[in-house]
Amino acid sequence: MYEILKVVQLAPKIKLFEVYAPHIAEKARPGQFIILIINEKGERIPLTIAGYDAKKGSITFAFNEVGKTTKQLGLMKEGERIWNITGPLGNPSEIRNFGKVLCVAGGVMIAPMLLQVKALREAGNTVVTVMGARIKDLLFFRKEMEALSHRLYVATDDGSEGYKGLDFLKEVLAVEKFDRCIAMGPVPMLQKVCELTKPYKIPTVVTLLPIMVDGMGMCGACRVNVGGQMKFACVDGPEFDGHLVDFEQLIKRQRMFLPEERLSALLWEFGGGMFGGK
Amino acid sequence: MPKQPPEVRKHNFNEVALGYTEEQALEEASRCLQCPKPQCVAGCPVEIDIPGFIKLLRERKYEEAIKKIKEKNSLPAICGRVCPQEEQCQKMCVLGRVGDPVSIGRLERFLADWERARGFTIPDKAPPTGKRVAVIGAGPAGLTVAADLAKLGHEVVVFEALHLPGGVLVYGIPEFRLPKSIVEAEVEYIRKLGVEFKLGYLIGRTYTIQELMKKEGFDAVFIGTGAGLPQFLGIPGEDLGGVYSANEFLIRVNLMKSYAFPEYDTPIRIGRRVAVIGGGNVAMDAARSALRLGADEVYIVYRRSREEMPARKEEIENAEEEGIIFKLLTNPTRFIGDEKGWVKQMECIKMELGPPDESGRRRPIPIKGSEFLMDVDTVIIAIGRTPNPIIQRTTEGLAVTKWGTIVTDENGRTSLEGVYAGGDIVTGEATVISAMGAGKRAARAIHEYLMSKK
Repeated sequence: MYEILKVVQLAPKIKLFEVYAPHIAEKARPGQFIILIINEKGERIPLTIAGYDAKKGSITFAFNEVGKTTKQLGLMKEGERIWNITGPLGNPSEIRNFGKVLCVAGGVMIAPMLLQVKALREAGNTVVTVMGARIKDLLFFRKEMEALSHRLYVATDDGSEGYKGLDFLKEVLAVEKFDRCIAMGPVPMLQKVCELTKPYKIPTVVTLLPIMVDGMGMCGACRVNVGGQMKFACVDGPEFDGHLVDFEQLIKRQRMFLPEERLSALLWEFGGGMFGGK
Repeated sequence: MPKQPPEVRKHNFNEVALGYTEEQALEEASRCLQCPKPQCVAGCPVEIDIPGFIKLLRERKYEEAIKKIKEKNSLPAICGRVCPQEEQCQKMCVLGRVGDPVSIGRLERFLADWERARGFTIPDKAPPTGKRVAVIGAGPAGLTVAADLAKLGHEVVVFEALHLPGGVLVYGIPEFRLPKSIVEAEVEYIRKLGVEFKLGYLIGRTYTIQELMKKEGFDAVFIGTGAGLPQFLGIPGEDLGGVYSANEFLIRVNLMKSYAFPEYDTPIRIGRRVAVIGGGNVAMDAARSALRLGADEVYIVYRRSREEMPARKEEIENAEEEGIIFKLLTNPTRFIGDEKGWVKQMECIKMELGPPDESGRRRPIPIKGSEFLMDVDTVIIAIGRTPNPIIQRTTEGLAVTKWGTIVTDENGRTSLEGVYAGGDIVTGEATVISAMGAGKRAARAIHEYLMSKK
């Protein structure tokens, strides 16, 4: 059982948990993820680690309250316990001095990106960050990101804050040279970033967390096509060369259980789950 | 042994085989010849005194009989259900030469179930030795090592990567063949022997072997991480929706209990026409599970003929009785999807058998031009599993074969001092009982190693 030490509401329906898990905190590195399961009847869901503190024995992760499990998780309070957390899983990010790095984060993944930006900065990189969300209200960590980045761009899908969409990057990339791009966010955003960086041959690393069950290489549910080869996001990733990823197929695979996911969330909400029941 | 009738059982996940009644057990036990030089014992990978326990059973000394089994085997309710006895103890039984051998497995199961219904008695343990052993993986090999070493007085901690102990017993073998409550009960027995279980610890990531020995203070380590990685066919269309590895399918259904979705949160979608590729026990398990999840037609598609099928005869018969359709000498060549990316058809090619290959089985050869299409909306690929590589990749100096299995001597010693391994991670995919046998030998070797060390 893993105690929730702190709950932070980052934006509407986006929460950050700090959880006591000393053995994970000690080993976690940027880019890795955990799998958690709320209770005996729960499903296993992967979440990217957004922070760790070995001294305190805690890790943090952020999540969007979209499906049954994340909604249920969102109702949990400080002092309550999560049934099981496994980690750290996946390969850590390659962090070294690349030169000038473009970091693009979208939605809930802004939280783990902060950890990347910090590590890249400490390794001596010049870091230009783009943080984006669907609408203005869903942006968070702006100050923190501003403080850690050499330059920060903000974008929203509807233009309610900063740039409208990511097309502004075309102009940035036309005049500025980057040695590496790191993208974390929803798959369509990753795909867009890769399209933008490809003409300039900027090595672009994307973080993929497709549907997973065990998260340690056993089920193969998270298989992605990278450069024509079958890779497992959990053990070969979660980071991949974005210019080689078959995003169309990934999007299809992510939608595999959509009807079941909707049913599960609906039944839970109407069954009183939102109001404290199971 | 009484079984649920096929028409009934194909709609539920309850155990198929119902077990002997006391009368049936006594009658079966009375057939044992009590050979002075018993052959059956030689056929048992964990060396159970078979005539000994049968004699006690006959005398209705059930408690002593189960104790006799447990001297050698800490998981009798499991072995009584999933051991291939027809290949082991029962194959050697003298009665088998003229008729049916004694149903040793069923008798073992009877006694284990008898004991479980009454509550376990915990055997005497040796005084604490002060030695600490880390066991990696709570599958059949790891559980055996843990139980044996705990009885000898060592402090044992089992690190399991999944959230439940049992390994293949909980993620792989379905409820209808091995109820999970039985695995839980046998694990509970091992816990009562003083073994600690740490769940959700992926060794190689959470700790490395070196860290376990240097930082966490373990005197010896046993690696029993199994053959858990799925193999795919490498043909077009394997990434389509509705195409599962047998592992994914079985993990969802067994470990995550998606047959009870949405009460349990993990979903599974099963179509109307399901093709399971492969001819082993895992393929039978997947096919029979698919049927129970409501598929109209379930096919076993296997590239050799029935004789070469590696599955247990009993399981093939069970599958057949339940209405699984066998498409033999057939191999898929590609999967075809619909516009949403879901599998809708499978192209197969007919095969014929040529001369034997290195496995000793006749090699299947495709018949040119014999391709045909099958309508399917679910495909489960059950063509075998390979060793989990995480520990091999993160442990310096650990000798590994080109297949990724760990190199050991016959007692499970690896190339590193104090590090032992056994089960599928050493042999490649094999049986529950052979993993337990390896665990038994390794436990003995670990004990000797610990006691000779100052």
